[in-house]
Amino acid sequence: MKNPTVSSKDINSHSAAAMQVLVSKEIAAHIRSWRFNILILLIVLTFGASLYVSSMGLKDAVSNMRDPDQSFLYLKLLTTTDNSIPPFHVFLNFLAPLLGIALGFDAINAEYNNGTLTRLMAQPIYRDNLLFAKFLAPLIVVGTLFVALVLLMIGGGLLGTGVRIEPQELLRILGFTLISVLYVAFWLSLAILLSIRFRQPATSALTAIGIWLFFTVFFPILVNLAIRPFLPNPNYISEQEYLAYNELILNLLRLSPSQLYTDATTTLLMPSVRSLGPIAMEQMVGAIPSPLSFRESFLMVWPQVSGLTAAMMICFAWSYYIFMRREIRS
Amino acid sequence: MKDPIIQLTGLTKSYGKVTAVDKLDLQIYPGEIFGLLGPNGAGKTTSILMMLGLTEPTAGTAYVCGHNATRNPIAVKRKVGYLPDSVGFYPEMTALENLCFIAELNGLTKSYAQACAKDMLHVVGLEQEMHKKTGAFSRGMKQRLGLAEVLIKTPEVAILDEPTLGIDPKGVDEFLELIKRLSKEHNLTVLLSSHHLHQVQRVCDRVGIFVGGKLLVEGSIEHLAHNLQQQEGVTTAITLEDPLGDTARFEEALKALPGFRKLTVTGYSIELQTDADVTAAAVRLLVNSGANVVAVSRNDYKLDDIYNTYFENSITTNTAHEKSNGFFKRYQ
Repeated sequence: MKNPTVSSKDINSHSAAAMQVLVSKEIAAHIRSWRFNILILLIVLTFGASLYVSSMGLKDAVSNMRDPDQSFLYLKLLTTTDNSIPPFHVFLNFLAPLLGIALGFDAINAEYNNGTLTRLMAQPIYRDNLLFAKFLAPLIVVGTLFVALVLLMIGGGLLGTGVRIEPQELLRILGFTLISVLYVAFWLSLAILLSIRFRQPATSALTAIGIWLFFTVFFPILVNLAIRPFLPNPNYISEQEYLAYNELILNLLRLSPSQLYTDATTTLLMPSVRSLGPIAMEQMVGAIPSPLSFRESFLMVWPQVSGLTAAMMICFAWSYYIFMRREIRS
Repeated sequence: MKDPIIQLTGLTKSYGKVTAVDKLDLQIYPGEIFGLLGPNGAGKTTSILMMLGLTEPTAGTAYVCGHNATRNPIAVKRKVGYLPDSVGFYPEMTALENLCFIAELNGLTKSYAQACAKDMLHVVGLEQEMHKKTGAFSRGMKQRLGLAEVLIKTPEVAILDEPTLGIDPKGVDEFLELIKRLSKEHNLTVLLSSHHLHQVQRVCDRVGIFVGGKLLVEGSIEHLAHNLQQQEGVTTAITLEDPLGDTARFEEALKALPGFRKLTVTGYSIELQTDADVTAAAVRLLVNSGANVVAVSRNDYKLDDIYNTYFENSITTNTAHEKSNGFFKRYQ
């Protein structure tokens, strides 16, 4: 046996290097896995389909003079639909949770069940390095995927139509990508939390899907059911009260991350959206139906973005807490 | 003697009311192979995890390679290679990739890790399986790969938890030989936990017997056997050709042997119990007094006996407790 002596050039600065090794291993594992390839295929197909539909109706959309957003060709590409299939950002509202859950539901418990966790923890790395790697690697992959998709779309649009892209449009599209990644990050951190909490990957996957279904299907129904008994007949209340009730319902709905995502993406991709709640006629009087600037749209979705970030942070902090205190043994 | 490389003082771990490890004191010196012996659930793995800083002790300290394992686990993990009892690898990666990954986590650069990993796979005899995915590996192959992984970080201490579990006898032989050879070649300190006595007996310089969270006894195997003999005495059984007629003519002489304890004479055979080994003297004495000796057997205390003596005591007391507890619970 050769007895290799370790020279100083063979050892690089430690903690950051270990982190890099972990992340690149995770990325490699994701890219090679069937699961991820199927998901990518699903997303690319949805993207292609919604893009195809929108490009068919693009001519009508941009020549529609009554639409204040008609000059934003690339935003139109993302949002126009002939109602046969929903636009991409609505699709993503369903697919992003699936992506996050699929990439995270077995993050820790699979390591545990494989017996690799003890082995990994016996290496000179910090325990949180592993958790960060499990969180960061899927986000890098998903981020790359989304950025690649929108850049492909922009490039395709440039080639196909020859229309110059407005800087504002680019910012909005990148903002949309960022929020989508953030939305995936929320579901990913939730899935990782469940993967630490439950020993069986199947349990954590089912629980995560349960939470997802709850928020997309049952939550609006529940809010409706909970509010209706208290809601007086709209005909007998003042407009003020009516608006107050409406606001209350909307705020309750905003407890659901998918509502936050819908709000944020709609505002960013449709510059003419000026309010996410009901607007009184008085407020609209005198308003010129023109698109908002990027900054204004972004300020409008700031609460949504912070809400999503906060939800993600809470999940991550919680998983951090229980993982750091967990006994590592099989 | 040199300073101990592993020093445990009053190490204790309790889970609620259950004490898994109870005030463990242990010194292991550089270059030796130490066998931690004990039945399942004796607290061996818990002690090992505390040495690696993977579990926080309730009380006491564990110093490994001069570092406090609880306060400074990273420094300890840099110098200690650990092979867990249920070793697992990423099934979708090849043996080489798995090994490189660990090497890189230990701070080796990619190209260097690759070269090192190939060397190690040769050492443990897995060079043929280098590019196979570990999902298809047998238990024995996984153990070998695990050993390669322990060695690739050029550790000062290797901690192997039940390394022979689930390998066939031939594989066990090879594996233990490998450990022994590597330990001698690289002056590697090895801590081996097991409940397989015979295997441990062959490779370990020193053993500690660990039952119910307590280290009952430690020392070299000869030392333990000697102790046991002190306690139990040596029994020599001698069989004669003719039925014993007049026993009185040598009985007195036998009783006069040094360290005599007990003499039983039945039919053809004589059973002699003494403190130390007096077989030769006893046979000479009998032959001189005209008896025809046809068979002599001396019972040597092997690890088995040591183990059984210590374990059986604890097991019988434990089970007795459990049974009576169950009994009382049922009727309360």
